[in-house]
Amino acid sequence: MALDAAQGSRLAGLLGDHAEQIVKRWADSVAVSLRGRLSQAELQSQVRELHRALLVALEGDGRELHAESAGELRAVLSELSRSRARRGFTATETAVSVFALKDIVLETMSAGGGAEQNLRDFVAYSALIDQLGLFTFESYAKAREELIADQAEQLLELSTPVVKLWEGVVAVPLVGTLDSARAQVVMERLLQTLVDTGSPYAIIDITGVPAVDTQVAQHILKTVVAARLMGADCIISGIRPQIAQTIVALGIEFGDIATKASLADALRHVLKLTGVDAARRNARRES
Amino acid sequence: MERVPVLKIGDILLVSIQLDMEDQTALQLQEDLADRIVATGCHGVIIDITALDIVDSFVGRMLSTIAAISKVLDAETVVVGMRPAVAITLVELGLSLNGIRTALNVERGMELIAASREETDDWAVDLDEADPGQAATST
Amino acid sequence: MTAGLGLGRPQTQAIVGDEDVVRVRQLVRTVAVAAKLSLVDQTKLVTAASELARNTLVYGGGGQVEVTTVDNGRRQGVRIVFTDSGPGIPDLELALTDGYTTGGGLGLGLSGARRLVDEFDIQTAVGQGTRITVTKWSR
Repeated sequence: MALDAAQGSRLAGLLGDHAEQIVKRWADSVAVSLRGRLSQAELQSQVRELHRALLVALEGDGRELHAESAGELRAVLSELSRSRARRGFTATETAVSVFALKDIVLETMSAGGGAEQNLRDFVAYSALIDQLGLFTFESYAKAREELIADQAEQLLELSTPVVKLWEGVVAVPLVGTLDSARAQVVMERLLQTLVDTGSPYAIIDITGVPAVDTQVAQHILKTVVAARLMGADCIISGIRPQIAQTIVALGIEFGDIATKASLADALRHVLKLTGVDAARRNARRES
Repeated sequence: MERVPVLKIGDILLVSIQLDMEDQTALQLQEDLADRIVATGCHGVIIDITALDIVDSFVGRMLSTIAAISKVLDAETVVVGMRPAVAITLVELGLSLNGIRTALNVERGMELIAASREETDDWAVDLDEADPGQAATST
Repeated sequence: MTAGLGLGRPQTQAIVGDEDVVRVRQLVRTVAVAAKLSLVDQTKLVTAASELARNTLVYGGGGQVEVTTVDNGRRQGVRIVFTDSGPGIPDLELALTDGYTTGGGLGLGLSGARRLVDEFDIQTAVGQGTRITVTKWSR
């Protein structure tokens, strides 16, 4: 599949001699397939970089994509794939950027005339370009997977913010269906925030939670108990009527955990606790 | 066997557990603290467990015992700095650390002790005012 | 057990004295970190190991522990086997009840440890000893 040494240097010669023309035709051809979604200048520079890296590889021992001197070529290819993947181009649109080189090379070669040797060369070049194309494809897929993983993580973070409401008071407004895994993540994050901010009060607001099952209720209860062990108090707010019914029907004991109708009520409750404390202490100091 | 140091800061004894304790070390700490409370006359004990990456039932029992002993010796115990992972594990283990007061950090722990001492101090003031000897001199 | 379970190289630690309980905790922590268990899961596993190691020492009269990373193709995990040749447990059901103790502890050792791990297996014969196998999988 790889080029032999002579073929390598012939391809390098071809790419080197007609550099300007090849880069221009290459960029044009890619531009058509991308239908103007990348600027001409950006395309030009991408293609030029690819062209240069390919030349470097060919002039070294890089007639195989996995050779040492092809390191830069691999880097340029994966960078190209990554940026295409992140900007929402399809895999085909990404691979075409490489495959377009085939036509250009064929054009340039036939312009130079020649016969049987050219054919053999072209088959070899073509195989090399296929290799480059496949590599792009792989990098593209990997970049997309990373993107999906990142987004999943961001989504989890987005859906579970822990916010500071007041000095010493943090809140987690829970929105959407809580499965056991998410409940666990939220609760761990809440407890960590208590430590990080030194807040002795936490409000868990479940206004946005459509349903609670036994497991999720257990997670919330365990979190409240864990927070107590750490020296912080939790208040649960925004319990909807249906959820209250479920809780009672499931026989879940909320015990002496404070529950309030709304987030506002919960905050008022906490401020009263802290306010009363502070006022009482100040009054004592004055007397 | 290593020993856990007990520091005296004002009216408070501060114990910061920095090592993975052997059971014997924990028992020794229990004894040391009781001695120091009596020797210093301190009314507050803060046990900082920020550095502990686990609390098992043995250490949990030690904490409860220390709290109970200090209560008998008229000192208030506050356990501070429990890590979230430790708290979650204790809940699962079924250890509730009954009778132990907790706070997020040393500062909050000191506030807690100060607040509960103030309540006792109020009593002292009331008693002074009700002192018949004083009442006699003021009239 | 699942077919095709991958096993790492087992690491062993004798449990003959107080300080060995600390060593078991440290060994389990190291292996749990290597198996990429989350912080909370590490804490749960180390706590369970601490309870069981103490049981092996106090009730089993000493024994040994074997810690191995396991892999079931989807997840990594840690398996710990505690073995002793002590008196064994006459009434297993009773021993696994919360609050039941013969050693003056809180009675949370066995039952608590079982709640902290994903798999828990106990084999015991009176007069021959006890073998407890626990496994925790990464999430």
